[in-house]
Amino acid sequence: MSLNIDQIRGLFPVLHQEVHGKPLIYLDNAATTQKPQSVLDALSTYYSQDNSNIHRGAHALADRATRYYEATREAVREFINAKESAEIIFTKGTTESINLVAQTFGRKFIGKDDEIIISTLEHHSNIVPWQMLCEEKGAVLKIIPITESGEIIFEEFQKLLSPKTKLVSIVHASNALGTINPVKKIIDAAHQIGAKVLLDGAQSTSHLEIDVQDLDCDFLAFSAHKLYGPTGLGVLYGKREILEAMPPFLGGGEMIKEVTFEKTTYNDIPFKFEAGTPNIADVIAFKTSLDFIKSLGKKNIKMHEDDLLSYSNELLTSIKGFIPVGTAKEKVCVLSFNIKDMHPFDVGVMLDANGIAVRTGHHCTQPLMKRLGLEGTVRASFAVYNTRNEIEKLAESVAKIARIKNK
Amino acid sequence: MSSIQDIQDEIVSEFEILGDDKESTIFYIMELGASLAPFPENERKEENIIKGCQSKVWLIADEQDGKINYKADSNTDITKGLISLLLRVLNNRKPEEIMKAELDFVSRIGMGSIIGSQRSNGFASMIKQIKLYALAFQTKQNV
Ligand SMILES: Cc1ncc(COP(=O)(O)O)c(C=O)c1O
Repeated sequence: MSLNIDQIRGLFPVLHQEVHGKPLIYLDNAATTQKPQSVLDALSTYYSQDNSNIHRGAHALADRATRYYEATREAVREFINAKESAEIIFTKGTTESINLVAQTFGRKFIGKDDEIIISTLEHHSNIVPWQMLCEEKGAVLKIIPITESGEIIFEEFQKLLSPKTKLVSIVHASNALGTINPVKKIIDAAHQIGAKVLLDGAQSTSHLEIDVQDLDCDFLAFSAHKLYGPTGLGVLYGKREILEAMPPFLGGGEMIKEVTFEKTTYNDIPFKFEAGTPNIADVIAFKTSLDFIKSLGKKNIKMHEDDLLSYSNELLTSIKGFIPVGTAKEKVCVLSFNIKDMHPFDVGVMLDANGIAVRTGHHCTQPLMKRLGLEGTVRASFAVYNTRNEIEKLAESVAKIARIKNK
Repeated sequence: MSSIQDIQDEIVSEFEILGDDKESTIFYIMELGASLAPFPENERKEENIIKGCQSKVWLIADEQDGKINYKADSNTDITKGLISLLLRVLNNRKPEEIMKAELDFVSRIGMGSIIGSQRSNGFASMIKQIKLYALAFQTKQNV
């Protein structure tokens, strides 16, 4: 089924505005996606009609809010096909999800001389938590190298695996280049030597079908705001037996069974990892984003986005001075590039002057940029509401900008 | 030599001619950058980099007949253009004049919306470093 993009655009109020006197072309979706009206309405309805604290109150509003909150958990379960909704933990975002695993699973199960494997493609949020853990525990961080095109070298990954490997934490789709990693193969290989695997799904969950049971990953981290949902909300999926074996993260209300001054017993999962009053409004509204994605169908979204990516490749590659960065065979709809003899910042400012919003710089992947010998890139990243016409405008502007230095 | 205020007024009226069109304003700034005096290769080193700028900015200064001569460079053309504006206002002046200078052309040409808030901070760091040099030379002159 092909999607009616005009109709979809109509659902996103923010898209209909001018910046610097030009119609906004929003191509910074890997940073965050825009939100459909239904999500905005859900937020406002919650605060105007249902606001109350969940899981404790014995009154109608609390009951309602609790049901809606838990309904989102169930929707997330379905979204990634987890076995049960207790395996879904709400966090602040991908970053907190990864830190949660580092601070609980990591501190309990990773010790001196143990090894953690990540890849060259990682976002800082899948590097720094492990460096902190390694420093504390005397564990060792190993890095999977990549090719010039931005693909991990699987044979090198296999060489890194050893009985000392406790965890492989790897990005499913790269935010800087778009590369989709062969995660199923990675998970299988890691499991064979008894290591656990965390997937950073920040960029993959909005574009690819995700089935955690089929993938058999042990953890999956992602953010609602990259899924047409609210900011400040994320998910950590973990397998029940692992989550149960992990110590709690934050201590406080909600996460306890019974507290005495002598000893506290902890609540069951997922509540054990959700101390304090959670982000109720955003969790409730997040269900609406998932409904939005479901109503379009991930396959249809992917088909449209793949078309945008190949169309943009087609139009931009022929521009004199255009240098694509990241040319993996399997990619989500991220187009990273540079213009010969121009700094990515300058290109970004000029595109902004044309109403086109892109990201420029290192994209929180400094080690990757260093590996590629680049200071940064210009990154255009697409979402379901982008159009071929917008890609044409992008190509026109890039061509005009490139001409300054590439006559 | 024109006063700091005169040169700033001059810059403001040049930008007024460009009007509201952001694109032509940026083109103009980049052109200004291209005309920046060449920066000595051997000074392109870590200790001459100004901290707090998103793009790389190198700045050096020396003194001649009680006046300061700045040289600067950047790896981005827009930043080079902004530097050239700053140096046009402040180069070849006495330290105390530079330290006292109130650089209102920056807000009068709407620099914030041209370059965005992050780079505006970098621009402020540049001005601070220029004034620090002036202070250092003044201290030296007074001993
Ligand atoms: C691949 C990847 N991992 C992690 C993150 C961090 O996500 P958040 O900032 O929502 O915690 C991002 C966000 O840019 C990302 O793209």
